[in-house]
Amino acid sequence: MKLTLKIWRQAGPREKGALATYQVDDINPDMSFLELLDVLNESLMLKGERPVAFDHDCREGICGSCGFMIGGVAHGPLKLCTTCTLFMRHFKDGDTVTVEPFRAKGFPVLQDLVVDRGALDRIVQAGGFISARTGSAPEANAMLIPKQNADRAMDAAACIGCGACVAACPNGSAMLFTAAKVTHLGELPQGQPERNHRVLRMVSKMQQLDFGGCSNHGECEAVCPKGIKIDFIAQLNRDFLKASLTDEMETLKRV
Amino acid sequence: MGRVSAFYDSLVGKKIIMAATGFILFGFIVGHLLGNLQIFLGAEPLNRYAAFLKSIGELLWVVRGVLIISFLLHVISSIQVALANRAARPLGYAHKKNIETNYAALTMQIGGPLIFLYVVYHLMMFTFLTTGPGYSHTDVYANVVASFKVPAISAVYIASMLLLGFHLYHGTWSMLHTLGISNAKSNGLRRALAPTVAVLVAGGYISIPVAVLAGLVG
Ligand code: FES
Repeated sequence: MKLTLKIWRQAGPREKGALATYQVDDINPDMSFLELLDVLNESLMLKGERPVAFDHDCREGICGSCGFMIGGVAHGPLKLCTTCTLFMRHFKDGDTVTVEPFRAKGFPVLQDLVVDRGALDRIVQAGGFISARTGSAPEANAMLIPKQNADRAMDAAACIGCGACVAACPNGSAMLFTAAKVTHLGELPQGQPERNHRVLRMVSKMQQLDFGGCSNHGECEAVCPKGIKIDFIAQLNRDFLKASLTDEMETLKRV
Repeated sequence: MGRVSAFYDSLVGKKIIMAATGFILFGFIVGHLLGNLQIFLGAEPLNRYAAFLKSIGELLWVVRGVLIISFLLHVISSIQVALANRAARPLGYAHKKNIETNYAALTMQIGGPLIFLYVVYHLMMFTFLTTGPGYSHTDVYANVVASFKVPAISAVYIASMLLLGFHLYHGTWSMLHTLGISNAKSNGLRRALAPTVAVLVAGGYISIPVAVLAGLVG
């Protein structure tokens, strides 16, 4: 099959970027979207042009490294799927597809389709952890956790931090990501001691890193490759309200 | 004061304030609608109700005070949130497809100000009596009928109430979510609540000019 790609090309963080049009022929329908770019890049390099830069690592949908906008949708048209597990058979022969980096003030473009998503790590650093003595793994049944809490924690922990939620959000908000981290630890007994502290600090950090707020559009949930639900955002809001009313003043201070 | 300002500094805090004040304003909208619908009972009950509202004096000002403060907080926090949201994506997409959101949600910032403009016009017409064809200070019924007999006034009213319906459609859903009143089980219910509320409120208000124009009232 053949596709026309309009790809965002930007040489560096401070350079100006623009969409460039490429024609790719002889596409195997069983290639992934990243392999399509590999093929395109080989032809670009043969012509002595700079290949299209994009992030990737596992190429099996578990690491969260890959991701860009494909046809106006983060990770492309297929639900519950990362860019690396999106196959060309989901496109129509002769389609024109726009390929752009995830856009948000908190995600500066480094080159072409590569953005710096370090901001998500900094949100986690602000409180997305538990301060516990580590050591060998504890005995599995030492701490009993109700099944529904364990399930909810696992659902939230499925987040791979790819940033598609930020990219899809009309407000460039990282609420779904942050809510997943808050819920993941908030559902477990180990997460309780720092629960108030966590939500206040992570929300504050998110804002400090120039992400927008949540208007409950639901775009994030629609593109999340791991099916993270916006219910978790309601949970974050609930935790935030409770923490704001009850927490020690110390942790209310800005991060 | 530290706690309050830390709360308000946060975009999540501002959204919670928008949701809570939105709920108060929604309460007023429903109360006002129920009052207005008395027009279908005839001139006597509606005018008696209007006279009763005027007679409660101080209490009326307490209610008005709460509404005015809620309104200001609702508007100011929404403007601040909207500015922060806009700043969060300085360079937009060449091609962006929205999947889950809807027209009502995307136009909250246009619908809101238009509803505000209508409220000003509405107060001038029916409270301050500085515009419109009805001028009686005691006969509310006659004022309403005289106004809505003018097709242009009815048309503006109906259009504004449709905007209000849109605002409530996203507002109801968004408010419940922002206040954290949500779990997977009640999700379907909350999704269904939003259109029901929007249609009932907008439909209730719109029924009045329609009835006047159709000659059922007046
Ligand atoms: S490369 Fe790891 S998720 Fe796509």
